[in-house]
Amino acid sequence: MSAPVLDVRNLSVSYLIGKQRARAAADISFTLSAGERLGIVGESGSGKSTLALALMRLHKPPARIDAGEAWLAGTDIMRLEGEELRRFRWSEISLVPQGAMNSLNPVMRIRKQLADAIEAHWRDWSRAKIQARVQEMLERVGLSPKVGDLYPHELSGGMKQRVCIALAVVLEPKLIIADEPTSALDVVVQRLVIQTLKDVQEQIGAALIMIGHDMGLMAQSVDRLAVMYAGRMVDIAPVRDFFHRPLHPYSQLLISSLPSLDETKPLTGIPGMQPSLFDLPGGCSFHPRCPSAKDLCRQTDPAFLPTGPGRGTACHVVRESLDESR
Amino acid sequence: MSWSYALRRIGMFVAVVFLAITINFIVPRMAPGDPTAAVLEQLLSRGQQVEGAADIVANYRARFGLDDPILLQYGRYVWNTLHFDLGYSISYFPQKVESALLQALPWTLALLLTATAIAFTLGSILGALIAWPRSPRMVRNLAPVLMVLSAIPYYLLALILLYVFAVWTKFFPLGGAASSQSALTFSFASTIDVIRHAFLPALSIVLAGLGFWALGMRGAMINVLGEDYLTLAEAKGLRPHRIFFAYAMRNAMLPQVTSLAIALGTVASGSVLVEVAFNYPGIGYVLYNALRSSDYFLIQGVAFFLVLTVAVAVLLLELAYPLIDPRIER
Repeated sequence: MSAPVLDVRNLSVSYLIGKQRARAAADISFTLSAGERLGIVGESGSGKSTLALALMRLHKPPARIDAGEAWLAGTDIMRLEGEELRRFRWSEISLVPQGAMNSLNPVMRIRKQLADAIEAHWRDWSRAKIQARVQEMLERVGLSPKVGDLYPHELSGGMKQRVCIALAVVLEPKLIIADEPTSALDVVVQRLVIQTLKDVQEQIGAALIMIGHDMGLMAQSVDRLAVMYAGRMVDIAPVRDFFHRPLHPYSQLLISSLPSLDETKPLTGIPGMQPSLFDLPGGCSFHPRCPSAKDLCRQTDPAFLPTGPGRGTACHVVRESLDESR
Repeated sequence: MSWSYALRRIGMFVAVVFLAITINFIVPRMAPGDPTAAVLEQLLSRGQQVEGAADIVANYRARFGLDDPILLQYGRYVWNTLHFDLGYSISYFPQKVESALLQALPWTLALLLTATAIAFTLGSILGALIAWPRSPRMVRNLAPVLMVLSAIPYYLLALILLYVFAVWTKFFPLGGAASSQSALTFSFASTIDVIRHAFLPALSIVLAGLGFWALGMRGAMINVLGEDYLTLAEAKGLRPHRIFFAYAMRNAMLPQVTSLAIALGTVASGSVLVEVAFNYPGIGYVLYNALRSSDYFLIQGVAFFLVLTVAVAVLLLELAYPLIDPRIER
């Protein structure tokens, strides 16, 4: 693997509500190499979107970044302010938003919305050059250049999401964050849109973080998969290893709860609920639902430790079994 | 903009004006008696001798065609109204209604259009700035002040301004539209004079309207700021002023323009009181005098003119709306 393009170290984000503090993302560390696709899955409220927004510094109060660094292209995103931050956004890190339906300005033609992003960053570009670029980007995501003359309400959901993808790659950033890029689309369009996203991402060689719920879609689309639970990244592994030999008990339960076409078996869920972020259980947050929880799990929160190449897990049980086998 | 949209709006405009004319025709005819008799009774009650009153009434009824079938009268009325022949004013006799109105109309239009344009523009910008998170704290704290301002009625504000700036400090004239109407020229001094006279009436309309427009804009802006396209605009690294104008304010203006079309009627009628308070020789002042002297034809004329003005303004706004919101009929 090449040198990491993104290096997130101990990133923590919390929401301060009244006097209570909810840790929405706690002590998150991971690296991403150029061109790599990382999927992040987790239940609602596990901190996926919080992490995505924090990486772009788009979090709004009461969310607050408490600690941590995120190095991209030699810059710590968490230290950027004002004009520097503005210039950094989109030219180095871009976003395919969750709500593609409402993510485009309803009173502005598509062409202008793409041109806007270029004008804000590449000031020496001529109008003709910008228009040519817009045309090219629309074609690249499989849209007719005529779409540029339309307004968002004249497009279908899938077309809007394609426009958002074109927008995300127009400045050729080093990192694209796709926050549930297909959640509002039907299954057929989902595949096409994801394929488009993968194609353009490969063309420009950007790293991709894809956030979502759909494990099946993730399995086909990403290189590595990370699992978040109650604000922590509990497991990360190359996608093949993840599905063949999951380490964290939560990952194991997630995989076993997936329906299978080959055998008819009753669907199993994971009993219990994700704890409230205001009232986390002591020790490992997952221990009340964990079938292999021990005394140690109730006392101390396990550290996130590497368990192999490109792999890491935060679990006492996994840690112990690995130590024994060594 | 499609032709069918424009045609439908124009059709609506014609229907509204026609309806107004019809109501204008029906309402006075539902009142008992007839206008000639009413005038005669007025004269009699003042102790004047009128000989052959019954003949006069019959004579006038024949002359004004009041004995003709109602549909014929209606047709004649519509025909005359469409030719801006609104009959004779009783209190300004022998002046015709339309000439009395045309004298007053420029004053009202100039005052109202200017004041409303200023209130709408200032209020919208202010409201947008109040809702904008990057605005200075001082600006963001203006909302309660504007709420108080919007709660004060036009005429009360007019009286307060009149007392403070005309009676007490004498910065501005007490009333009227110019120092002497006959000497009105396009000279510099004359222009300044007209502006000085219009200043306080305009200010009271602006101040009373400012709160309304600012609070409406603030609400619309807060809604827009929560939209996904604003998050994306920020993610795109656009310059803050670009996000403010082209993404936030541009979208928040849409409901404002709708309110403008609705508010025009209120503005027109509300200014009547302001004109009365400042003795301003506009339509409102004419209406006030017409009401006091039961000048039915003039009242009808004013009502017709107000409806016509508001209908024209609304028509223009509706024709312009697809240009600012592409989602409306293209």
